[in-house]
Amino acid sequence: MDVRAQVSMVFHLDKCIGCHTCSIACKNVWTDRKGAEYMWWNNVETKPGTGYPTAWEDQEKYKGGWEKTGDKLEVRAVGKVRGAMTVFHNPNLPTIDDYYEPFTYSYQDLFDAAEGADQPIAKPISMITGKPMKIEAGPNWDDDLGGSPVYAANDPNLENISPEERDAVFELKNLVFFYLPRICNHCVNPACVAACPSGALYKRGEDGIVLLSQERCRAWRFCVTACPYKKTYFNWGTGKSEKCILCYPRLETGQAPACFHSCVGRIRYFGVVLYDAEKLESTLAAEEKDLVMAQRKMLLDPNDPAVIAAAKSNGIGEDVLAFAQRSPVYKWVVEWGLALPLHAEHRTLPMLFYVPPLLPVMAATGEKGYDTTIEGGFLGTIDKFRLPLRYMASLFGAGNEGVVRYALRKQLAVRTYRRAVTVGDVTMEEAKKLLAEAGCSVEQAEAIYYLTSIAPVDDRFVIPPMHREEAIEMLDSPLAAKGFAGMGFRRKPERGA
Amino acid sequence: MLNVLVFAALPYVSAVLFLLVSIQRYRRDPFTFSSLSSQFLETKGLFWGSVPFHLGILTLFFGHLLGFLFPRQMTLWNLVPVRLFILEASGLAAAFLTLFGLGGLIVRRVSTPRLRTVTTPADILVYLLLLFQIVTGLWVAIALRWGSAWYTQTVVPYLWSLFKFQPEIQRVTELKLAAQLHIGGAFVLFAAFSFTRLVHALVAPVPYLWRPNQLVIWNRLRGGARF
Repeated sequence: MDVRAQVSMVFHLDKCIGCHTCSIACKNVWTDRKGAEYMWWNNVETKPGTGYPTAWEDQEKYKGGWEKTGDKLEVRAVGKVRGAMTVFHNPNLPTIDDYYEPFTYSYQDLFDAAEGADQPIAKPISMITGKPMKIEAGPNWDDDLGGSPVYAANDPNLENISPEERDAVFELKNLVFFYLPRICNHCVNPACVAACPSGALYKRGEDGIVLLSQERCRAWRFCVTACPYKKTYFNWGTGKSEKCILCYPRLETGQAPACFHSCVGRIRYFGVVLYDAEKLESTLAAEEKDLVMAQRKMLLDPNDPAVIAAAKSNGIGEDVLAFAQRSPVYKWVVEWGLALPLHAEHRTLPMLFYVPPLLPVMAATGEKGYDTTIEGGFLGTIDKFRLPLRYMASLFGAGNEGVVRYALRKQLAVRTYRRAVTVGDVTMEEAKKLLAEAGCSVEQAEAIYYLTSIAPVDDRFVIPPMHREEAIEMLDSPLAAKGFAGMGFRRKPERGA
Repeated sequence: MLNVLVFAALPYVSAVLFLLVSIQRYRRDPFTFSSLSSQFLETKGLFWGSVPFHLGILTLFFGHLLGFLFPRQMTLWNLVPVRLFILEASGLAAAFLTLFGLGGLIVRRVSTPRLRTVTTPADILVYLLLLFQIVTGLWVAIALRWGSAWYTQTVVPYLWSLFKFQPEIQRVTELKLAAQLHIGGAFVLFAAFSFTRLVHALVAPVPYLWRPNQLVIWNRLRGGARF
């Protein structure tokens, strides 16, 4: 057993209100720079929708992720040989127009305009050319289903549902959406790392954070194509790729990443999980529909004495193990089976998991508005959800409806149970019957309820000690780096010649 | 005097600049080692520029290198007229391909407003030097035909004499102007090489082809890359 520790995340989508506070926190800290204006390491998109960059899930166009042919796993489009063929021009590289041209406004015109009959206006100015431009896209252009006939209707996941279901989703009085906040998944089998010809991308051994060395990046751009989530970005100013660093400087001082810390809806959970690196190959060999379960099985029980012993012999500290035992992620993903990886079919083993949303739940509106007398009571039934189960399975189940159904059913049961406790319009027998059917004990229901609704910050963000005191930089002389920018990077990030 | 400067002094100046600057730049400022790809801002035109340019210039580079390393073998190869013809024709084709590509790249750079913001003076220098090199090269290929035959008899011994620190400049000073310009231009290009984005050729990712897929680096192990 080759036990490794991996920092991991859960986003509870039922709690996301789509406020974009996470995006702004990240933008202010990391990407408010020339060449990075268009980057949103954290973005929030509306589903159904095309997201950011536009239609990033359309792998016919972007060719991201891994491709399994027989037993062989290869990076799609930009693997070793395929990459060598496209190094001079990469046909699958998204361009700035697939994201959006960053813009500001000529605010000074509001002050400097000559007196006249009309109000002065601030014209949109391109942040690339500095010239006036027409704004045609933005990072959340189809927010809240804005322009849904144009944008949301092109959501690649909708291809998996029937035309009738499609029509139902976009029927005006039934209009339905939820939010999907996305950051780098810090995958266990990252396609970006495998695709980087210069070895600039790497996984940090101690915590599994995927980082991109600015000093080794040579702008071969394969990482941008290889990431199926389009979470590596090309800085057009410096000529280097960049990505989410999971705020590792914050983590190393025991603070949650900026997007986690600022989350208004408290939808985010952070914890460390253990996995067996020896099981990677068998996990990746799984059939597409089994991928979610295979990934779950790859995660090790932090309370198992055999796992603890193997982890210790692999150099994982006792204190890290203690944090792994308290990890909320392990509970959501493994113990409860509620949190699922996004688009697991790309075989990158993403370590950001989503609790699929229950809301909005009502399947049909009667003549007099919502009809709560239909089957399933006030929540309706899973099969009559306004967003079809197959759509959810396309996002969170790698096509497997079973895992999504299990997660939704358990959430429904917990909710009904809590309604029996607090409101009382459902009998306790009925609630317990639902719990039993969903494979959930009363204790587990209470624990799910606690972590969903009550948990204070220390229960949501269980940040393991990062042991910076053992890092190699600690052996370097601090005086040698006095007056420099820190974090191992000692020059102004300006474009080279 | 000019001949001594260009063919005896300049080669050493450019070699020293090339070696020292690129090594020092790699050690002190690895951040500036980048191909500085602009495909993200403009992709369609790049295809018609970058692909023919790179294929062409790599063919030409290795053609010159082969002649330099194996002059005897190349001479022997050229003894049969058909073979000489094939070699000359492929060289000429590669040169036209390079010119076509470079022309495309220059047109693209000038006509795309977005690219102006990412164009540095060094980029313009690179374009001018490469254009000079390709135009003089084509001039040589067309006006002074069968270059692959006389190259191994004149320029290659001269280049080797440079490595022996006994420059035999008379081997090239008697060549026609076109050839002299092409050789002198090469030394200037060589001298400017490490000051420009051309350094990306030095870090071409060849080892990637046999590297393991995943790369894990441990904080607590010095130099501890483990796969």
